[in-house]
Amino acid sequence: MTRSGSGFSGTLGLLRLALRRDRVLLPAWISVFAVTAAVSAKATADLYPTIASRSAAAGAINSSSALIAIYGRVYDPASLGAVSMIKMGGIGGVCVALLSIILMTRHTRAEEESGRVELLGATAVGRLAPLGSAMAVILLANLVLALATAGLLAAVGLSAAGSVAFGMSWAGAGLAFGAIAAVCAQVSSTARAATALASAVLAGSYALRALGDSVFGSPLGPGWPSWISPIGWAQQVRPFAGNQWSVLVLSLCFSVALATGALALADRRDLGAGLLQTRAGPTIAAARLRSPLALAWRLQRGAFAGWLLAFVLFGMMIGGIASSVGDFLNNPSARDFITKLGGEKGLIDAFLAIELSFTGIIASAFGVQVVMRLAAEEREGRAEAVLATSVSRTRWAMGHIWIAMFGTAALLLALGGAAGLTRALQVGDANELARLVLASMAQLPAAWVLSAITVALFGIRLRLAMLGWVAFAGFILLAELGPLLNLPQWVLDLSPFAHVPRLPGVAVTPTPFALLTAAAVLLLAMGLLRLQRRDIA
Amino acid sequence: MPAILVRELVKTFGPTRALDGLDLTVQTGEVHGFLGPNGSGKSTTLRILLGLARSDSGTAELLGADPRKHAVELHRRLAYVPGDVALWPNLSGGEIIDLLGRMRGGLNQQRRSSLLERFQLDPTKKGRSYSKGNRQKVALVAALASDVELLLLDEPTSGLDPLMEASFRACLMEETDQGRTVLLSSHILAEVEAVCERVTIIRSGRTVQTGALAELRQLSRTFLSLQLAGPAPEGLGKIPGVHAVQIESLPRGLAGADHAATQLNLQVEQSALDEVLRQVTQVGVISLNSQPPTLEELFLRFYADPAIGSLTETATNAQTNAQTNAQTNEQTNTAP
Repeated sequence: MTRSGSGFSGTLGLLRLALRRDRVLLPAWISVFAVTAAVSAKATADLYPTIASRSAAAGAINSSSALIAIYGRVYDPASLGAVSMIKMGGIGGVCVALLSIILMTRHTRAEEESGRVELLGATAVGRLAPLGSAMAVILLANLVLALATAGLLAAVGLSAAGSVAFGMSWAGAGLAFGAIAAVCAQVSSTARAATALASAVLAGSYALRALGDSVFGSPLGPGWPSWISPIGWAQQVRPFAGNQWSVLVLSLCFSVALATGALALADRRDLGAGLLQTRAGPTIAAARLRSPLALAWRLQRGAFAGWLLAFVLFGMMIGGIASSVGDFLNNPSARDFITKLGGEKGLIDAFLAIELSFTGIIASAFGVQVVMRLAAEEREGRAEAVLATSVSRTRWAMGHIWIAMFGTAALLLALGGAAGLTRALQVGDANELARLVLASMAQLPAAWVLSAITVALFGIRLRLAMLGWVAFAGFILLAELGPLLNLPQWVLDLSPFAHVPRLPGVAVTPTPFALLTAAAVLLLAMGLLRLQRRDIA
Repeated sequence: MPAILVRELVKTFGPTRALDGLDLTVQTGEVHGFLGPNGSGKSTTLRILLGLARSDSGTAELLGADPRKHAVELHRRLAYVPGDVALWPNLSGGEIIDLLGRMRGGLNQQRRSSLLERFQLDPTKKGRSYSKGNRQKVALVAALASDVELLLLDEPTSGLDPLMEASFRACLMEETDQGRTVLLSSHILAEVEAVCERVTIIRSGRTVQTGALAELRQLSRTFLSLQLAGPAPEGLGKIPGVHAVQIESLPRGLAGADHAATQLNLQVEQSALDEVLRQVTQVGVISLNSQPPTLEELFLRFYADPAIGSLTETATNAQTNAQTNAQTNEQTNTAP
């Protein structure tokens, strides 16, 4: 490997450097994944102790194409592992894939963009070493993740073979998207664009398998769209339900092929260049580009457009498949399962409430992302240029914060609008539009609270802004796993999303919305006040 | 009223004292050089003057107001060029210049285009594709194209090629001709010598010297190299202000048959120049080579750690001389 003159010489040294940089990040992520999987396996075992109760729960999912689209199909209703890992397989696989994408971009294009690769490239480090070492990091991380997860799952009582298959299915998704991200990092000339491109492929893969499992699928197996999706492959390993080991070979071959392609691209291109060239910009700025808000919009509009598109598509999807939820009205245990997940009356309303509230939490990630961009402006030294002009700190920060607030509102409006319109056309009742827009927008004050928490952290100290993501992850875990774990109510109530009524289908009082909005305003004011006091980095 | 008035400024970052009682006075209409080695606190001072950071103690006044409380109004009257220019990667240079100018409250379109021409900057490139020097030019054009009273420039020519450096100097001259005040932080002495009337030298967060360049020149030493027709005068080295005396006998015949010629090298402060010359001419001078005092030599002595004790001593001596010689020069650092 370190043969002199080879493109890979120095890879080992860079691998050590990368592992040192990630010495906190990697163990933390891997533990979160492994522990989350084990905890939800344990919780499901407690909730459905008998084969009969598990079969009923599995039947509830398998009889609804909506839930199949979101989670996938339970291929062995009697198997504890198959039932308990149904959420973890698909959605967890997406999270593992995201980790690989972030890792790959962080160690390749981001390093190159910062100029550090140039510094290294001038030493005795081969042209392929940075990419090679990043691939080694991904390989190592996913193998450790697979082993740790398998070990913990077996430890809480799932079958050993199934646990290994589950861990490997996650690793398969991780490796595939690591390789996809490696290609994206060669094609795009910025880290941001590389991450966006790889994430778009990930979203597409998830949508493909949703389509393949539900619309094209049968109880025997999915249709062809799932077989062209790496997330679909991860699910078709069918851990605890037959353990299809051969599907792992598919993931592996795909990853090796893409990795080889990425290396070939890296070998041919110039340092710093991508296949997609940056175009020239205007000589004179447009007349409206004259305020911090206009600047923030200019910086964030691309990301917002991506989010908006995803939310419209998702809204159309849940609006469209809501009717099929009624298919299993005659199955009492299915009713029990889905009402346990959070609804109160009417299975269709319950389904919509689950989907809208889940997507509401996802929408709040947009707000966090926008505030993180504000923090990046300061960290990367661009805030200094703005604040040296006649712009106050509050006005500068509010430029981004307005986009966080109104952007989240626009996303939820688009989600409810798309879902409502689709459903209104389907059932021929225009009231559905207003009902679903209202239900979706009900999440807004809670989403604002998360944005405001991030602003408050940023106001206290630049580096604390990162904790906004921790709060986001915490709220998701509380919402998804809290009820399963029978956590005390006060713990569940820590999440602002716990205070939003499950709409549509229940009565609405203004109190929780007013309180959440007040909390958001208060946190925001606190953050802005603290920002006045501290030094700008 | 001075444009900038800083008194006993202290700023700590954890255990490090970035500024340790710094004083700085910049008169309206002057180009003031702000000199110091890397990490001496120049940028920290500028950041406090911009209201980006707060001081732990001491006072700072900018255009007669508190730079933190009145940041927004003050920034309408000044422009700033950071030492390390960060641009938005997906905005073009032209867009960035316009945006910063508009947020400051206006941009002189004519000057904008003439500056683009003079700095040979392509405004259509995206921020991410500019080189370091070109990023610097974007910030310079953005700052110089606005009609402001005060320019705060933090090592503005770092990364510029010599041709562009010359363009920058020419621009700066025009700026001051129009009555603008400039604070130029730098460690490029040639640049400071070329454009500044007065300088402040800092080290480790303290002001070690401030004054007009002409005065500071008097602190620096002239290097003399002489061939004398006879033995060097006794006690040259004892004259105050004479340093590093080297005497060497030269082969016979250079100064005629019967005299031994001498090579004499020495460094002389301005105050001792007259006395040294009087003594050597009595021996007889065959040749004389003199190197004029350079600021570089002075700054090197200021920057070098061990020399600082003896230096302040000579500096004070020389300052007294300077004051008696040139009473018209107001010395701000000795004013009560």
